Amino acid sequence: MMVIVDYGMGNLKSVQNAFVKVGYKTVITDDPNLIKKAGAIVLPGVGAFRDAIKFLKDKKIDKELIDAIKAGKPFLGICLGMQLLFTFSEEGGLFDGLNIIPGRVKRFPASVKCPHLGWDKIKFTHNSNYNINPIFKGVLDGSYFYFVHSYYCEVNNPKIIYSTTDYGLVFPSSIWKGNLFGVQFHPEKSSKQGLRILKNFGELS
Amino acid sequence: MLTKRIIPCLDIKEGRVVKGIKFVNLIDAGDPIELASFYEKEEADELVFLDITASWEKRNIIIELAGKTAEKVFIPFTIGGGIRNLEDIYYLLRVGADKVSINTAAVLNPFLIQEASLKFGSSTIVVAIDAVKIDFDWEVVINGGRTRTGLRILDWAKRVERLGAGEILLTSMDKDGTKEGYDIKLTKIVSENVNIPIIASGGAGKPEHLYEVLVEGKADAALAASIFHKKEYSIPKVKEFLGKRGVEIRLAKEKVKDEKNNG
Repeated sequence: MMVIVDYGMGNLKSVQNAFVKVGYKTVITDDPNLIKKAGAIVLPGVGAFRDAIKFLKDKKIDKELIDAIKAGKPFLGICLGMQLLFTFSEEGGLFDGLNIIPGRVKRFPASVKCPHLGWDKIKFTHNSNYNINPIFKGVLDGSYFYFVHSYYCEVNNPKIIYSTTDYGLVFPSSIWKGNLFGVQFHPEKSSKQGLRILKNFGELS
Repeated sequence: MLTKRIIPCLDIKEGRVVKGIKFVNLIDAGDPIELASFYEKEEADELVFLDITASWEKRNIIIELAGKTAEKVFIPFTIGGGIRNLEDIYYLLRVGADKVSINTAAVLNPFLIQEASLKFGSSTIVVAIDAVKIDFDWEVVINGGRTRTGLRILDWAKRVERLGAGEILLTSMDKDGTKEGYDIKLTKIVSENVNIPIIASGGAGKPEHLYEVLVEGKADAALAASIFHKKEYSIPKVKEFLGKRGVEIRLAKEKVKDEKNNG
């Protein structure tokens, strides 16, 4: 069973619709017991960091997410869902995240329009075909994806950065560490290329 | 580099596409979802549905349409037209719309922008601004251009940004429907004075017009209706035109390359 974590915000339906399109059934839930039983977890993202982390902690979902990642279950964080994995965020003050990935979430500089909104290119950080991230199977370097965010992740360990995107500064557009996948863009809104990523993730579940 | 967006706009009345659509290869040219899927394949970057349903009783049809669109279309789409309050916004977003655009209701109650962006996130709230040229400036109009507000364009655009709007959909009422080109000066002055993306609208008649508004007008996105619907120019053709002139665009050729490599 694949679970989409409902944290009271965000457009979960679109993520679910996209998984249906590529042939995967998902359950949208905020029940920690159901999340505990999940075979794969998607943490989607629209909304504010502070409200999201508070919801996850209040509902005791945070612990289940951390346990699932430690247990090696496939885990996909989308946009805010990726940012929540970090140590802390500067969005609306300073707020602790799940601290699974050491690093911080920062706002784009005032020199660029905010939010970073629209289709932008991703650039893979590796330079050959080896060590290919399974959810990017069939996705070409330089592909376009749909982004909507005002904050970006700064990763302490650059080795987990799988692709970068350039918007005033170069930021990680995807991260990968074993069973843990994070994308700053919205695969569910990125047409064919995005659906391919969700299909690839579904195959891991 | 972030690409400039090309956004077809569909006028919807009681759940059906209105205005002359001339697609021979569509089974039902009045079906918004079929048309939206077609535009997704054509590599439109986003879609806007403008609901012009007049009767209040039939307003829920647009919510159903948003839900069905979200099941079939996997690019972002915005619903605008007739949105009055937080409840309208809530239902549209809940069924799967990515953004809503508010126009008259935002002028009548500016705090709706603030409440909505705090509750649903700035990135879901587009404020549509209709402007007409007056001496040395532009004035904001509402009710489809029938009512003048006395608001000056920059005062309103900056206020909208402060209140938390994620984007501005800026329509020149002078140019709308003329096919003579966008109001470049209007677009440029707004784009340079706010730090949120601007979607330019009104006046597109040929690819050069999109080029002008994206480059000289500094718009982040260009919205157009009839030039795409009437198949005067296809989206891939317009994008190719823009790409050749150095505009950062999500080009259709990527698809060809992609299919070659991945079967």
